[in-house]
Amino acid sequence: MLRSTLLGFASIVQTMPGLALLALFYPLLLALATLTSQWFGVGFSAFGFLPSVLALTLYSMLPVLRNTITGLQGIDPALTEAARGAGMTARQSLAMVELPLALPVIMAGIRTAAVWVIGTATLSTPIGQTSLGNYIFAGLQTQNWVFVLFGCIAAAVLALVVDQLLALIESGLRIRRRIHVSIGLLGIAVLAAATLAPSLTRTKSTTIVGAKTFTEQYVLAALISHRLQAADLPATTREGLGSNVIFDALANDDIDVYVDYSGTLWANQFHMPELKPRQELLSELKATLARRNITLLGELGFENAYALLMPKTRADALGIHSISDLAAHAGKMSIAGDYEFFARPEWTALKKAYGLSFRERRQMQSDFMYAAVASGEVDVIAGYTSDGLIAKYGLTALDDDRHAIPSYDAIVLLAPQRANDAKLRAALQPLLGKIDIAVMREANLRATGNGADSSPATVARWLWATINEK
Amino acid sequence: MSETSPLVAFSHVVKSFNGGRARGGNVRAVDDVSFDIAAGEFLAVVGGSGSGKTTLLRLANRLIDPDAGTITVAGEDIAGIDPIGLRRRIGYVFQSGGLFPHMNIAANIGITPRLLGTPKSEIAARVDELLDLVQLDRAQHRDRFPHELSGGQRQRVGVARALAAKPRIVLMDEPFGALDPVTRDALGSDYRALHARLGLTTVMITHDMTEALLLADRVAVMHEGRLIALGAADELSRLDNPYVGELLGTPRRQAERLQATLSQSIRL
Repeated sequence: MLRSTLLGFASIVQTMPGLALLALFYPLLLALATLTSQWFGVGFSAFGFLPSVLALTLYSMLPVLRNTITGLQGIDPALTEAARGAGMTARQSLAMVELPLALPVIMAGIRTAAVWVIGTATLSTPIGQTSLGNYIFAGLQTQNWVFVLFGCIAAAVLALVVDQLLALIESGLRIRRRIHVSIGLLGIAVLAAATLAPSLTRTKSTTIVGAKTFTEQYVLAALISHRLQAADLPATTREGLGSNVIFDALANDDIDVYVDYSGTLWANQFHMPELKPRQELLSELKATLARRNITLLGELGFENAYALLMPKTRADALGIHSISDLAAHAGKMSIAGDYEFFARPEWTALKKAYGLSFRERRQMQSDFMYAAVASGEVDVIAGYTSDGLIAKYGLTALDDDRHAIPSYDAIVLLAPQRANDAKLRAALQPLLGKIDIAVMREANLRATGNGADSSPATVARWLWATINEK
Repeated sequence: MSETSPLVAFSHVVKSFNGGRARGGNVRAVDDVSFDIAAGEFLAVVGGSGSGKTTLLRLANRLIDPDAGTITVAGEDIAGIDPIGLRRRIGYVFQSGGLFPHMNIAANIGITPRLLGTPKSEIAARVDELLDLVQLDRAQHRDRFPHELSGGQRQRVGVARALAAKPRIVLMDEPFGALDPVTRDALGSDYRALHARLGLTTVMITHDMTEALLLADRVAVMHEGRLIALGAADELSRLDNPYVGELLGTPRRQAERLQATLSQSIRL
């Protein structure tokens, strides 16, 4: 009864995509942390390590449970009878006969689980746990295939090493060689310590800079850390965070500072129904954030808005300059957007304002859609105005003549615990209002690709140098 | 304990199992069975498959508990004895050895003393003593694993394991059934000698009447859960029971036929 319940539960968990399971654990733990801090006055961080470990533990349950049960069930009943007949208690029979005999099958389950979990662990980046997934996510965003490959190969090597260490333990247990077991356990302990050490040694005073999962965010996070370090404030970045995770993480002091966009917060975070003119939206947003103790330090000076983009030559040929112009042609056209765009309120607003109805709708990784629209594979894309690829591919942004899309000023947000940190404010002050759209586009373009000088840190230094020349 | 009081006694013992097809779902594997076993006696229990003979044996060391009736060991009702302690006091030899494949021979033999907390050095000495007793070479067998041994050797280890904690009573469940006739005969007589030498009380299950008659002091015949006959060879032959008659007659007829065949082939 208990067995089938457990197995059923583990099977259901297993059918969930790893990314979804990890992502679900964040709000779940967040709610739990709120409850415990209300009831017992003790909260805990629902960010990063804890949700990752819990979700991955759940994820590894099925192979371990199933193999343990299969292994124990596969034991010849004559042997368990012999164990009882020799005078063993149920516990002694389990420890001295059943578990040792089921060991190969149980270990096979543990090894399967280990390999799965190491692979799945790369998906814990979006919920704030630094992992090998950081390389993969960053690499995918900046089209740095060396990064992607490095992340994948490192995870594969780690999985193989752990698997072999477990195999060593298994054979050591089977042939009763304590030395094998010890080496295997030691190896795993060293690996565990090596992976845990960075997060344990981090001092409390380190400023954590958050970044979402796209190039511009990596660059801006690098720029902020660069400035903080220059001001003698130790800083570390937490990159590749899901856009649903990052705001809550800031509100809960799990990260200290990050850059968001006014329209995104307005529409997605606070679900404001009506659009406001740019300045009005900003000041109202500032007040709303202040009620949650979050400081809107200021604007960086550019907007990264959603915009409908198409090749300039094609738009001119068709006489399309605004979204109103586009609406007439939309029925024969296809549109592509990133994974979240079509679920965002902006898309609903656009459809409503212009009566847009496309022939086909596709979702793409944001970096691929620029190439897709340039090559004519899709007709229109929902891109970002600060993207460096707009210039590279000769695209044009269609005019939002009915103002369906809010403004998206890049704004620097500070966590509640850093609200009165004068040193932090002073370090970031020189960035405010200094980054215009052209510079940001150039920076984003520079940060794309495999070259050594396309790393976010290098681009951030370039960006700092550039805005200071002006 | 006096000579006359039985060492093991079954009194109106009933044991049913669920899931039987024949008798309305519940099968009486053991049906109102009563008998005594004297200290030092060698009793063989004979019967066909499903006659309840193995159930009888498992009841004696509380691997299962009866639905009704009482079983006493050394005058004590075993229903009131801790089953674990009881089993450690009674030797049990399983059908095909029942040796633990992941333990070497020494560990297999020493298992019950180990459970009883006997010091390691004592266990090691006892294992060597037992290997001598069942006529296995110490050095050659101690560190080997069950799968490296022949069937006969495994069964000798099974006997050694049953004797490890110096029990007074040994229960054997078709111990030699899976062996070739020559090995089986040798092992049977070796065990009978051990039984006498160590002053054991033995209950042995077998489906082979010849083996039972040759080794045991008395033979109990089980049929469909009931004890239909109990006695020494001559007592059984005087009984007017067709099933017992058949059981006794078969080996004799076989012997006669064998004799005839052999003399024929000699004449040729």
